[in-house]
Amino acid sequence: MADERRPKQCSLVLPTESMKVMAESVGVGQLQEECCVALSEEVSYRIKEIAQDALKFMHHGKRRKLTTNDIDHALKLKNVEPLYGFQSQEFIPFRFASGGGRELHFYEEKEVDLSDIINTPLPRVPLDVSLKVSKEQQKVESTEPLKAVKPGQEEEGPVQGKGQGVTSAESKGKEKSISRLKPRSTHELSVEQQLYYKEITEACVGSCEAKRAEALQSIATDPGLYQMLPRFSTFISEGVRVNVVQNNLALLIYLMRMVKALMDNPTLYLEKYLHELIPAVVTCIVSKQLCLRPDMDNHWALRDFAARLMAQICKTFSTTNNNIQSRITKTFTKSLLDDKTQWTTRYGSIAGLAELGPDVIKTLILPRLSIEGARIKAVVEGPVISNIDKIGADHVQSLLLKHCASVIAKTRPLPDNVDQYRADYGYLGSMLCSHVVKARAQAALQAQQVNRTTLTITQPRPTLTLSQGVSTGSGPRTPNIIKVPSSLTLPVQTLVSTRPVTPAQPSPPATKYIVMSTSTAAATSPQVISLTSSRSSSPITSTAPSSTSTLQPLVKVEHTGQSVTTPGAGGSRTLQKYIVVSLPSAVSSEVKASSLSSPSTAVDSTVKADRTELPGASTHSSH
Amino acid sequence: MPTVCDTRSEMAAVQDAPVEADNEKEIKTETLNDAAGNHASAAGGVIPSPPVASTSSSGPAKAGGPGSEEQQTLMAVLQFLKKNNFVGAVDVLRREAGILEDSDESQGQELAASALGGAEAGDATCTLSRASSCTTSTPAVAAAPAKGGEDQPDVNVVLSAYSQQGDPALYQGYYSGLKKFVESVLDCHRAELSQLFYPLFVHMYLELVYNNHETEAKAFFEKFSGDQECYYQDDLRVLSGLTKKEHMKGNETLLDFRTSKFVLRISRDSYQLLKRHLQERQNNQIWNIIQEHLYIDIFDGMPRSKSQIDSMSGSLAGEAKREANKAKVFYGLLKEPEIDVPLDDEDEEGENEEGKPKKKKPKKDSMGSKSKKQDPNAPQQNRIPLPELKDSDKLDKIMYMKEATKRIRLGPESLPSICFYTFLNAYQGLTAVDFTDDSSLIAGGFADSTVRVWSVTPKKLRSVKSAADLNLIDKESDDVLERIMDEKSASESKILYGHSGPVYGVSFSPDRNYLLSCSEDGTVRLWSLQTFTCLVGYKGHNYPVWDTQFSPYGYYFISGGHDRVARLWATDHYQPLRMFAGHLADITCTQFHPNSNYVATGSADRTVRLWDILNGNCVRIFTGHKGPIHSLAFSPNGKYLASGATDGRVLLWDIGHGLMIGELKGHTDTVYSLKFSRDGEILASGSMDNTVRLWDSIKAFDDIETDDFTAATGHIHLPENSQELLLGTYMTKSTPVIHLHFTRRNLLLAAGAYNP
Repeated sequence: MADERRPKQCSLVLPTESMKVMAESVGVGQLQEECCVALSEEVSYRIKEIAQDALKFMHHGKRRKLTTNDIDHALKLKNVEPLYGFQSQEFIPFRFASGGGRELHFYEEKEVDLSDIINTPLPRVPLDVSLKVSKEQQKVESTEPLKAVKPGQEEEGPVQGKGQGVTSAESKGKEKSISRLKPRSTHELSVEQQLYYKEITEACVGSCEAKRAEALQSIATDPGLYQMLPRFSTFISEGVRVNVVQNNLALLIYLMRMVKALMDNPTLYLEKYLHELIPAVVTCIVSKQLCLRPDMDNHWALRDFAARLMAQICKTFSTTNNNIQSRITKTFTKSLLDDKTQWTTRYGSIAGLAELGPDVIKTLILPRLSIEGARIKAVVEGPVISNIDKIGADHVQSLLLKHCASVIAKTRPLPDNVDQYRADYGYLGSMLCSHVVKARAQAALQAQQVNRTTLTITQPRPTLTLSQGVSTGSGPRTPNIIKVPSSLTLPVQTLVSTRPVTPAQPSPPATKYIVMSTSTAAATSPQVISLTSSRSSSPITSTAPSSTSTLQPLVKVEHTGQSVTTPGAGGSRTLQKYIVVSLPSAVSSEVKASSLSSPSTAVDSTVKADRTELPGASTHSSH
Repeated sequence: MPTVCDTRSEMAAVQDAPVEADNEKEIKTETLNDAAGNHASAAGGVIPSPPVASTSSSGPAKAGGPGSEEQQTLMAVLQFLKKNNFVGAVDVLRREAGILEDSDESQGQELAASALGGAEAGDATCTLSRASSCTTSTPAVAAAPAKGGEDQPDVNVVLSAYSQQGDPALYQGYYSGLKKFVESVLDCHRAELSQLFYPLFVHMYLELVYNNHETEAKAFFEKFSGDQECYYQDDLRVLSGLTKKEHMKGNETLLDFRTSKFVLRISRDSYQLLKRHLQERQNNQIWNIIQEHLYIDIFDGMPRSKSQIDSMSGSLAGEAKREANKAKVFYGLLKEPEIDVPLDDEDEEGENEEGKPKKKKPKKDSMGSKSKKQDPNAPQQNRIPLPELKDSDKLDKIMYMKEATKRIRLGPESLPSICFYTFLNAYQGLTAVDFTDDSSLIAGGFADSTVRVWSVTPKKLRSVKSAADLNLIDKESDDVLERIMDEKSASESKILYGHSGPVYGVSFSPDRNYLLSCSEDGTVRLWSLQTFTCLVGYKGHNYPVWDTQFSPYGYYFISGGHDRVARLWATDHYQPLRMFAGHLADITCTQFHPNSNYVATGSADRTVRLWDILNGNCVRIFTGHKGPIHSLAFSPNGKYLASGATDGRVLLWDIGHGLMIGELKGHTDTVYSLKFSRDGEILASGSMDNTVRLWDSIKAFDDIETDDFTAATGHIHLPENSQELLLGTYMTKSTPVIHLHFTRRNLLLAAGAYNP
């Protein structure tokens, strides 16, 4: 091929017509043919020479394209004045014209109106040159070409957009510091992923509860979200940061539910993002103020929920290396020991500690019962200082009673003497005593219950049931709940009755809840059984081994299940079973089932039915 | 059609400009030429006759036609007399010739002949056979000394060697006759004799062109250009455009071809074969060319194979003569006593600060013991005077040693991590990049004439306060060095304005106080990184300067450019200390040897030359590249050199033996950057094809057995496959890699501009 081309190169000369035209244009008419030939050869040669020199400039400019500047420089090299200002937007700016038996190519110069140029607004200033760093971390076995094309990241998206100045100052380039590389390794999302991410995040914090449930379900189950994980994580941490300042309780709850859903997704591994998630969660537990009206809004539920999340995080991710649990415990204990801690924070840290298990309660909370009792007494029986403090004290009291009772029931020898209790635990002693008695009574029941469920139910998704129960329980309900207490004089009471998840009072409903949660928790793989046993069910099983009236609670629950499904009219038998075991999981599973089988109206109806049934179901079971 | 008219006029105007310039140039060359002629005659002891020829030169070439035969005879006699030192006779004869009214030309011719005779003193055949006949045309053909002309022999001399000796119609016959002969010889000789084709082809073609046989020349070119090796294609392209005698004026490629003899290495047997053949055929035309324009380096032993020849050929002027690479090169590293001795006290200080005195001792000892043993290949310590180390330099050395202890040992199993610095929004304007040795600063040269410096550490760039402010500073205070800096000026990057053309090379001084940049405007500028201003503009190259490089010890720097001369400068001299002339085309890249006693230059003539700074001699010529060389790198131990070219190949050279020892194939475009890792185990190459490749240099160097025979003859057997040396290929998306740098801990830094 080269052989064919070369002769062509050799003979390539400008046509003599061009010479004639050029001569005419400078006023030389009637150029002789020989002159034209001689001229065109000479001109062709010189042009080739200049082109060859221009190539040199291109090579040294480290480019692949020859520019007009290269030609200018080559001309300069030959002591010829460059063609200043010759540049064109197009690749080949020449136009063709023919007429009068002649054909020629010309360079089109449009007439330009200066006033137009002057009046047009100035173009944007081009971005300045900037540096960007990308790293190719060497794996040991990477001898094959690596597909991680780092500079590929740079052309799209935000980095270039704001590429003013140096973006690389953080990279010393001296050592292979992994932590510093981390943010760099976020990958661009595909368009579909971006859409998905947008939809999901909007749904999660939006106003439509149905959409939210669907979105959370998606987060909790979809595989392949790992690419979006860093974004979710940032979304949550940033969201919490902003909404804590704005005291936007509802959004905080939504975000916590997202955390929950992320945790529930078995394909996601959150450990790398705990540094963002844990602060967010802990904020929701111990923040001084989480809502606009602390005396009315139910931020306690959020704290409980977040505390449970925290406990779950600790259990899942705490290792000897990262020491999450001990660090978290330390944090809570510190604020608990501080006298100046507000009631809200105090509540949060107690809840956080309590969720970590009976051992923690025993060692860290029980010894402080009398002190806390005295503090509560000062508020409850003393002069009324502020309504907020009173409510806070009430909540702390019920929280302490709830958690401590079960632990005491397990550890304390049997005779439950009120005086003895009072001596041991001070102000809270008497109440504690009655709770412990109730707890012991319940224990017998529950133990059987637990045994029953562990035997029958084999669920593939252990954590799901528990978590769903919690999230739907606290999440969607709270907005409703917030309204309720504002109109009532006894907020605590109403709260408990409507909300099955957060037991705020040591009354039957609370124990009832425990029944449910233990049953759901027990309906899990052995791993999670140990989880529940550390919490509340194991004392029961240990203390009350007898299993005579096993079936009673189950029947009852099944009853509620039927009442749920009848209005929905879509649920199958097995579906009911789900609802029985854990109400919230029924929401999701039923949505799923109906979305598979029936159009979206059906989904709405079932969901609605479920929701309307929920309080009913819980009150029903609380009998 | 007013627009058409406009364009026409413009095009014509464009056309006008070069023509005028040419006229000017012609006039200039004539005067120059006269001067040269006068000078020559004065030297010859003859009263200079008026330059009659200046009038005839405008209507060139034909004037002296009738008298040419007499002249020829006369010249032959003159040369004979001169050769035998009959000075008196020569004088007399000359005077006679002067009366014969062509003194001017004959002077020029005489000079040419004598030059030729001097050059080939041993070759009796040549001088006599080659008495030129076309004397009259010399002035007209005198090429403009466009290229600075420092090192060029008189152009007249060069071109006048072409003469009409044979019938232009027979040239094809000559050439094809030789071709047939070469095809008929034994296989073992064929490859060697095939080397003759290209130089013969070029010279015969040029002779035809020179003698105005345009059609024959074209036919000749068309017929035989396809036979030439593909790596000569670039030159053939240049030749193809050249069809008229006038074109030969000022064509550098052509002049290069003339000024230097094309060197061929041929075994004695093959040479004898060739000689016999030519004598049998009475093929004087070819024989003359061989005698005059070719240098045949004859060696005893086996003829070389095709692959051996191919690996070494490709340069503009053939292979290097074996003698050219025989000089002793002190490639060893300097021991560092001037660092070692003060290191002790410095160390104490450092230790006091650091509080770990134990750790340093053993390491320093090991370094010390290594340098104590005088490397037999190392130059004398003071062979080249090196600057005294400043305190800050010593501190830097200590830092370097500390870092060196943390260095990662690289190898095929542990490849370096690569950190890529991408220049965004550079709009194809990035032309050169450099890192400081400690990797704290990056400099970029841009096509818009600016140089930009970035700090890549959190430490921002600050300039020194103005003189007025400096006066106010308490000079006794301990932190005076901190106080002189202007906090207000702190920024992550600084722009240096001063050049008036694209910046093609930048280089940091080792102490990080200075920055060099070279540009299309022909200057090399020295910038202060304390004040961020230009300190000196070194003028000397009148043409674009393609590359500049600081010595590893500072103070000296080298620059090379379009004028084909590399210049060695010292920062405190405004004129160059040395000029290294010898390359036949642009010097495209420069590099200092680690011991600062030598510089390597790569050129568009496809050779790498190594120059001795002490005496300015060229001590090595490496041929084998098939395209302009764009990157050079010395191995840290100073023994090896790597070079990369536009053909995408990287070649490895043993400096001590002057041999090619490796060829790394893989890149598909120009290799713009090469760097050895700090310990020399890995060679990294970055290319226009958007890749960084890592090569196992240890293996490449070990695989070569350099026995005595190889060393003597320069024949090398390259491993067939360089793929097993390739350790990794790393793609960027669309960022040509134009610079590579290993940090002191062996992290590889790469840089390039994103090319959307």
